[in-house]
Amino acid sequence: MTTSAGSCAAGPSCSIGAAIDVAGLSFRYRSDQPGRAWTLDEVSFAVYSGEVLGIVGPNGSGKSSLLKLLAGLLRPDRGTIQLAGQSVGRLEPQVLARMVAVVPQEFVQVFPFTVAETVLMGRFPHQRTGWWNLGMAEESGDDLLVAHRAMVDTDVLALADRSLSDLSGGERQRVLIARALAQEPSILLLDEPMAFLDINHQIDICELIRRLNKERALTVVLVSHDLNVASQLCDRLVMLKEGRVCQTGTPAETIREDVLSAVYGCDVVVDAHPHTGLPRVTIPSVSGRF
Amino acid sequence: MANVQATPSSLPASSAALTGAVSVQASQGVRAEWHRTGAMLTYRRWSAVMIGLLLASAAVVVLCSQFGAVPVRLADIWAALQAVLTTGSSEVSSLGTAGVIFLQVRLPRVLMGFLVGSALASVGVTLQALLRNPLADPYVLGVSSGAALGASLAMLLGVGATVMLFPLLPLFGFAGGLFALVLIYRLAQAHGRLPLHSLLLAGVILNAILTALIMFITSIMEPNRSAGLMAWLMGALTAPGYPALAVVVIYVACVSAVLMRNAQVLNVLTQGEETARSLGIDTERVKKQLYVLTALVTGAVVSVSGMIGFVGMVVPHAVRLTVGSDHRLLLPASALVGGMFLVVSDTIARTVFAPAEIPVGIVTALAGGPFFLYLLLWRKDRMT
Repeated sequence: MTTSAGSCAAGPSCSIGAAIDVAGLSFRYRSDQPGRAWTLDEVSFAVYSGEVLGIVGPNGSGKSSLLKLLAGLLRPDRGTIQLAGQSVGRLEPQVLARMVAVVPQEFVQVFPFTVAETVLMGRFPHQRTGWWNLGMAEESGDDLLVAHRAMVDTDVLALADRSLSDLSGGERQRVLIARALAQEPSILLLDEPMAFLDINHQIDICELIRRLNKERALTVVLVSHDLNVASQLCDRLVMLKEGRVCQTGTPAETIREDVLSAVYGCDVVVDAHPHTGLPRVTIPSVSGRF
Repeated sequence: MANVQATPSSLPASSAALTGAVSVQASQGVRAEWHRTGAMLTYRRWSAVMIGLLLASAAVVVLCSQFGAVPVRLADIWAALQAVLTTGSSEVSSLGTAGVIFLQVRLPRVLMGFLVGSALASVGVTLQALLRNPLADPYVLGVSSGAALGASLAMLLGVGATVMLFPLLPLFGFAGGLFALVLIYRLAQAHGRLPLHSLLLAGVILNAILTALIMFITSIMEPNRSAGLMAWLMGALTAPGYPALAVVVIYVACVSAVLMRNAQVLNVLTQGEETARSLGIDTERVKKQLYVLTALVTGAVVSVSGMIGFVGMVVPHAVRLTVGSDHRLLLPASALVGGMFLVVSDTIARTVFAPAEIPVGIVTALAGGPFFLYLLLWRKDRMT
């Protein structure tokens, strides 16, 4: 199996211009039995400023865990994650929340908050609560301005007074992205942003991510199980298998028939997308079909 | 909404690029626009609701003070208040019987009811946000039973049986309530977010165990003391002396202040554990603090008034439907509505069979229980 590829080998030696630098990262859930394999095992790679990086791999390969580690939601057992030279574990939660925003995969709305209220919650890391107002302060003009811009960019302004539970999956996803943007982060992490969405909404979200990446110079890291979406959307991919990085590089370097057959253990057809020329994955003819 | 859609292009593209006067102007424009949508809490709405509720609370307190075994007319109340305010004394001679009843029996009881009701509603709001569950209630979850067990134990041991030893009896209640909350917290942590049915089931079992222990304590007590304990367990408000009332006022006010300070934190916590953490909240620490605070209030409230159920569930629910989910308004508004709710319930409790009284816990359970069942059975969308 190939262990590393691409113009720049992943690792601490190549961290110039890195927004996130992951080195020797190992992680295991505490509820797992001690004998079980690591969820993530000696993972090293870098995310460069201003790129869209996709984390791909089969189910259970540790993609979402890796994203949560990057967001500081889980603590690594070994290894380091550095954001602009600072260790994620050492950063104050509020400071981290101003650098990194997370768009979760699923979101259960229990209380009927409006879209506007939800997006404004993204301003929390920029707000201070004091005793003088007993936490009853109104949002500042800055908060409103930033949240407004986030809602314009994600096209959810028209939904401002609706409850989140009344929205479609695609609309909800855009609202969650707006909330993340309201944090004014330099890095945006998305967990399966296109899962459960119809193809039209998938296109919307892809275009939105690309646009935010360009207009706001956002560094984007996203987890996707859809190789085709990842291929079209991402500058580079990190392919995981059983908690290990087995390939990093541009879509052309990672989405290859030999790599996929090694990672997924099955044969697929990879050809070029007719418009973009990027790799496209399709399943081979199903046996017994003809 | 049309206004908002029409103008985004006219807004500056970057807040970072704005400086000085431009920034002020632009942010005022955006603020005006935000306010037009009506989709967020504004200071104006906050104060309108709170002033309205404060006036209503004052009215409810005065009006409900009239009713009881001995009726007190509004004129008597007015005269008594005037006498106290002008002379500063509450001499029996200058007040008349009705005035004395109002000042020494009715008013402290109504005020205590108001405090207990608002504390229970605040606890309900906090627990609902912490557990991300709109039906969470200290009574249903067994927190009140835990506090009652602690307080019963204190009474069995003779702590505060004769004198109102305020620092000690609530402390036992606090310990009992905290014990119940730790169990619920553990359950909720182990399963991420506890589904409603599991949460209610856990509450039912916890309630059963704790009630059995309380029954055990009452059964080994002397009969005359256990009768008083039973009446207290059903939730009864009595007329406390003003010093005791003052202690409860300080207690509830301090905890409410801390809870209100955390209103924005509660908002973010309702978005889920991971979202809250990614928004910069140290959830482990904050949740522990808030659980301890809820146990403190529940312990104090139960030790003065026994187990009064459903206030913490019905009131926040109704308030949320009318003023929205933002805890900056939901929390103080629920506190005031909870106070009014309990004052009215207590008025019913002491008038329907006057001169006999029924425990106010029975009234709130008869009002809140069916509402709870209604939500559980017919409003499936509210019980995920």
